[in-house]
Amino acid sequence: MKDARDALMVGRNTDGKLVNRPLSPHLQVYKPQISSALSIFHRITGCALGAGTLLLTLWLVSAASGEGAFSVVQALLASWIGILILIGFTAALFYHFCNGIRHLAWDAGKGYELPVMHRTGILVLAATAVLTVGFWVIGFLVW
Amino acid sequence: MDSLDHKSAAPTIHVMRSQLGRVRGLGAAGTGVGHWWAQRVTAISLLPLSLYFVASVLILSGASRAGMVAYMAEPWNAVLFLLLIFALFYHLSLGLQVVVEDYVHKESSKLATLLVLKGLIIFCALACAVSVLKLAL
Repeated sequence: MKDARDALMVGRNTDGKLVNRPLSPHLQVYKPQISSALSIFHRITGCALGAGTLLLTLWLVSAASGEGAFSVVQALLASWIGILILIGFTAALFYHFCNGIRHLAWDAGKGYELPVMHRTGILVLAATAVLTVGFWVIGFLVW
Repeated sequence: MDSLDHKSAAPTIHVMRSQLGRVRGLGAAGTGVGHWWAQRVTAISLLPLSLYFVASVLILSGASRAGMVAYMAEPWNAVLFLLLIFALFYHLSLGLQVVVEDYVHKESSKLATLLVLKGLIIFCALACAVSVLKLAL
């Protein structure tokens, strides 16, 4: 035990042994649902986009450093693995963008009712799919 | 004469801090609301900026280096890219900080992780900004 907060988390199990109480939100007994799934997905896409900023950095720095470096990076991004990563990157971006708007609405105190929240959740998923597919259709057309 | 509703109690002001937090000058998490606000402000500014970024990527897809130079030489593009870089990496720094604080519990590991991540973020942000400036100027 380190502090008062820790002391509050100690309990006895059915054998009377001292154990640490499980921490909320008790994922092991939680029914998976769209609200929690979309919430953790916002965080996962945020982290993925963070990793994606390394690509952005690579792209800009290579362009600034010269012809040779830039053509290597462009070829890397245009390879099938590069395209695959970029598809994931755009999907994460559009998801985080749409769900971020949802979060901002919640910050303004709007959209907390369960039916509304479920509806906006589905809307975010649909918008992500439409925007991602739309981006790549345009992308391959203008390329 | 008195515009206050007499049935209601004394006038109140809403402060987004707990009373204990105000006494200590800190919020429940040990920090103020500055982090929360900055995350929202950068999020809102990233709404138009990320749409601009997506459009730029489409315009620049398969571009030659000369194309990149021509694009960034346009002052508005350089300015918008610099704004994007600032808001993006600031937002990323705030977001990753919350993730680390949620999952890394040991104080020393938490501090080390945050320092490394924030250092890396500042490094990348500067590298991006200098690159845009070099292309633009």
